[in-house]
Formats: sequence, structure tokens, C-alpha cells
Amino acid sequence: MRFRSPLRTARGLGSARHGVNAWWGQRASALALVPLSIWLTASLISLAGATHAHFSAWVGTPVNAVAMLLLLGVAFYHLKGGLDVVIEDYVHTEWRKRMTRTASTFAVVAAAAASGFAVLKLALT
Amino acid sequence: MPTPRPLSPHLQVYRWQWTMVLSILHRVTGISLGLGTVLLAWWLLAAATGPGAFAVARAFIGSIPGRLVLLSFTFALFFHLANGVRHLFWDFGMGLERHTARRSGWIAFLAAIVLTVVAWELGYLMRDGAAL
Repeated sequence: MRFRSPLRTARGLGSARHGVNAWWGQRASALALVPLSIWLTASLISLAGATHAHFSAWVGTPVNAVAMLLLLGVAFYHLKGGLDVVIEDYVHTEWRKRMTRTASTFAVVAAAAASGFAVLKLALT
Repeated sequence: MPTPRPLSPHLQVYRWQWTMVLSILHRVTGISLGLGTVLLAWWLLAAATGPGAFAVARAFIGSIPGRLVLLSFTFALFFHLANGVRHLFWDFGMGLERHTARRSGWIAFLAAIVLTVVAWELGYLMRDGAAL
């Protein structure tokens, strides 16, 4: 006798109704990255060949530190969203997809934590 | 079990066209920018670690391979930015006609090249002006 209901086989295969959030998140972060990435490029240009003292002092000012933290947070969020889409397109085996997405999350969060900490250290010491 | 059918994106069945090249380039530049952001993270961490670590990062960025990486990063950023704005217009249902999409694609691509050249010109001016 089978006690397993058809729900067991259907669960996880259809829409989880969270797709719209991911879609909006990617658009909102894209919009925020328009001014932030222009600011980053202009800053990198002004920092071409900068010495350690000059660069540290530049990151340490409140405006630059906050802008850099915002840029890093939004850019890594947008990167995570983009990587998810790429992985979903090319990795079709469920467990491989999960492993790849988890690995990409680990890498992105680690890079975000490291760079965010670096900015805080430069700004607060 | 599902039958092994070609899943998206099955590029081999399409005739290559400009809008498709740009779509692929958007993805390629997106991933490159991800790697570029890791480079930015390295630069920041090096500065936070101290003058010694910063000198290593600075030497790499100033070297010929480092500059090529940075040049690709600049182009990737400007292209992904310009083409991303194109995507945002599409999300509002604007510019989806074949003719318009092709034209906006050329604008995004050429704008990325022009902006890259301008940015590097300004960067070299700044560097030569700054006391090293």
C-alpha cells in the first residue's frame, strides 16, 4: 500500500512564487549600480598610481567609505543574482545546480565580507 | 525520466546575429566584472593589510598584464552598464522592435568603447599629474 501522496512528487517542481522578488532585486540593484559604478570608475581614474597613504586616506573619508560599502554590497548582490541565472541556464542536474549555486554564494559572501571589512578598517583606524 | 533534449541556451541552432552577440557579451562581461570585483576586493584588502601588501597589488595593477586586466575591466563595466540600461528600457516595453534593438545595441557597444578610451585618457592624465 502506498502512503505517499502525489503532493510529494509535485513539491519543488513548480513555481515557488518567489521569482518576481529575484527579478525585481536584479533590476533595483542594476539601477543603484548606474551611479555607483560611474562613481567607482571616476574614483579609480583619480586614484591611478596612488600611494598607500593616499589610497588609505581616500577610502577613509566618510563619503568614500559609505559609497564604497554601498557599491560592494549592491555589486556583490547583483553578481550573485547574475551567477544564479547563468548556473540555472547551464547546469541542469538538480544536485549539481544546488552545489554550484551554494559554492557561488560562499565565494560571493566571502569576497563581500573581506572587502567590506577592509573598507571599515581603513575608515575606522 | 525526462528525455535528453537540448536545453536552453542551445546556441548551435541559431544563425548568428548582432543582437545575439551583444546578449552573449552582456553575460561574458557580467562574469568578467565579477572577477574584476574580486580584484577590487584584493586591492582594498591589501591597503587594509599595510604598505607592503599594497605595494604588491600596486605593482601588479601597474604592470602590462595588470593594465590589460584593468582595460578589459573598464570596457566590461561600460558595456555592461550601457547594455544594462538597454535591458531596463526593454523591461518597460520600450525599444523592443528589431530595428530599434539593433540600433540601441550599436549605441551601447560604441558608447562602451568611447567611454573606455576617455576613462583611460583621464586616468593617464591623473597619474602623470600626481606625485608618485
